[in-house]
Amino acid sequence: MKRFVHVIAAAGAALLLTGCEVGMKEWTQTGYRGAALEQITDVSSKVKQGAIPPTPYPLDASMREGERANVTYQNVQVLGDLSTEEFNHLMASMNTWIAPGDGETQGCNYCHNPENMASDEKYTKIVARKMIQMTRNINANWTSHVQQTGVTCWTCHRGNAVPVNNWSNVSNGKPGLRGNKFGQNTPDPTVGYASLPTGMFANYLQGTQNIRVASDKALASPDHVVSIKNTEQTYGLMMHLSQSLGVNCTYCHNSQSFRAWNLSRAQRNTAWYGIRMVRDANDEYIETLTNVFPANRKGPAGDPLKVNCATCHQGQAKPLGGVSMLPEHPQLRGPVGAVTAAATPPDANATTEAFNKPATMATAGPASNTAAAGDAGMKDAEK
Amino acid sequence: MARYQNIFNQIQLRSAPEMGPPLPAGDWSRDGKPGYSYWAGKLGAAQIGPIYLGRLGLASLICGFLAFEIIGLNMWASVNWDPVQFVRQLFWLALEPPAPKYGFKILPPLNEGGWWVIAGFFLTASVLLWAARTYVRAKQLGMGTHVVWAFLSAIWLMLVLGFIRPMAMGSWSEAVPFGIFPHLDWTAAFSIRYGNLFYNPFHCLSIVFLYGSTLLFAMHGATVLATGRYGAEREIEQITHRGTAFERGALFWRWTMGFNATAESIHRWAWWFAVLTTLTGGIGILLTGTVVDNWYLWAQQHGYAPTYPTTGLADPAATGGAQ
Repeated sequence: MKRFVHVIAAAGAALLLTGCEVGMKEWTQTGYRGAALEQITDVSSKVKQGAIPPTPYPLDASMREGERANVTYQNVQVLGDLSTEEFNHLMASMNTWIAPGDGETQGCNYCHNPENMASDEKYTKIVARKMIQMTRNINANWTSHVQQTGVTCWTCHRGNAVPVNNWSNVSNGKPGLRGNKFGQNTPDPTVGYASLPTGMFANYLQGTQNIRVASDKALASPDHVVSIKNTEQTYGLMMHLSQSLGVNCTYCHNSQSFRAWNLSRAQRNTAWYGIRMVRDANDEYIETLTNVFPANRKGPAGDPLKVNCATCHQGQAKPLGGVSMLPEHPQLRGPVGAVTAAATPPDANATTEAFNKPATMATAGPASNTAAAGDAGMKDAEK
Repeated sequence: MARYQNIFNQIQLRSAPEMGPPLPAGDWSRDGKPGYSYWAGKLGAAQIGPIYLGRLGLASLICGFLAFEIIGLNMWASVNWDPVQFVRQLFWLALEPPAPKYGFKILPPLNEGGWWVIAGFFLTASVLLWAARTYVRAKQLGMGTHVVWAFLSAIWLMLVLGFIRPMAMGSWSEAVPFGIFPHLDWTAAFSIRYGNLFYNPFHCLSIVFLYGSTLLFAMHGATVLATGRYGAEREIEQITHRGTAFERGALFWRWTMGFNATAESIHRWAWWFAVLTTLTGGIGILLTGTVVDNWYLWAQQHGYAPTYPTTGLADPAATGGAQ
């Protein structure tokens, strides 16, 4: 009898331990002591940095001279400011990045008609043109998020015609009870297997809706009415951010107050701009291609597959481990002459306006300044 | 005459089952043929039954069953009546309260929260009827009514969460969903929305009483078990004698921490701690959103939350743009 009880007890204890993650953890303090400001990473499940394909051939300074691409080729609408050599170099890179291989639907032929390279008859070429504009817009006008590292097609595509991580609107389906979970209560990796709503991308990765749900006033007021259901949506979005970047909440926030900016790390600022950048990409670039994409390139609700944080980050706090591909691919930095660092901070109203027109935004990165201020603040408190 | 007596040891008695005194005229009878269970005897008394159901008990069980069925069938329907998926996803499934657009409308469409309201009604009816039953049974035995008051304290918290606070906020959507993970996610979202519930002083009190209850329970249970070898269960008979189990237990605490509860007061301590857990918790929830919108800011204003050094980060929406 006693032995039986012991066996049961041992089995129960072993069962309890199955909930634990074995293996080494990496532990980093990220803020003021005593407030659980730390990152805990399970070393074995850390996402490996994605491989970066070698450039087809080095692009030296002399290649940037010479005849412009729009003179050499016909129907060059976006990259006309590049030299012919630069243009060809980018085209060769895009082969590797998006549709590697040979054949009728791979390589150049994925977008071009080999008989007439200038033709826009394939929808993929229209899409590619828009995506080049998007990439250059991000690199030129969203340095608040991508800094000087920038992005290339590879950051998202990684050799796939359609980036693996994307989202589209949830089909509402039938209104009844049967098979209807109202967009939540499903074990879904998007929200870290919580029971949170999964259709939150449409609310927060498009448009201009604010994500902040906690009030800026201590007492209740009719000016700030946000439902718990709304909060669950933002919570789901934050789970997506956490999953996409492979970080804990405290990578950006101080859990004392998720809302308080003066307790948050500079990374939260970067993320704030990142969310606006994603909205810009979705609203101004991808949505405008709705009529260009064929049905098999759209989601169940008939909208194109859109960008979220995982599209670029793919489990890393910095996509591709923070390695910049732009030095080898300067063609994607933006239209020549467009990138100039702002000498002075722009005026507040102008920059709020600027979110509607990213082209007017300043380009200086915010992270370094605020991080330095944070360190100073901490030292003072230690005294 | 047969006399009920709980012997504080592991010996299980076997005899003709204890049937209890006759009930007054007009009462139902006690149901069920009593029997003995070895395993029940490991946990408590070995005799199972009889049970007095009564009108209140029957009504309570029916209401509870209806609520349970409404919740379960809604969950099952949400996975297309697939029994395998029902089991696999059970912890994720939910019956959600109505959306904010319905406000505090008495009965929104059934598939958009109406079933939630109905399930909540039957669940409330069930626990209230059960509370009434514990009151009547206690009176019938000539006992005090401590059990029903303690139960009502728990019902208070449940009703604040599911009815009183939603009514005060004018929206069913503020209420908790029925479901394992969904109600946990609701709890976290609730704290995020209202600026960290840990800065709600009534939440703090509730936690103090909750953890205090476990501490008192551990101390009391340990003391009684440790003095069981001297017959600790006969504390009333022992209270006036020296060297008894009771006196040893009392002296243990006096000599350990300078103060000891008495045989009577330790149970008042335990009762009040348990009752205050849900009583203060309910007050804290009721104040959230109706009076206080951000507990962190409230706590800062009242010198109640610690202030940490700032990181120097400013709200980009307020300062605008990259700087």
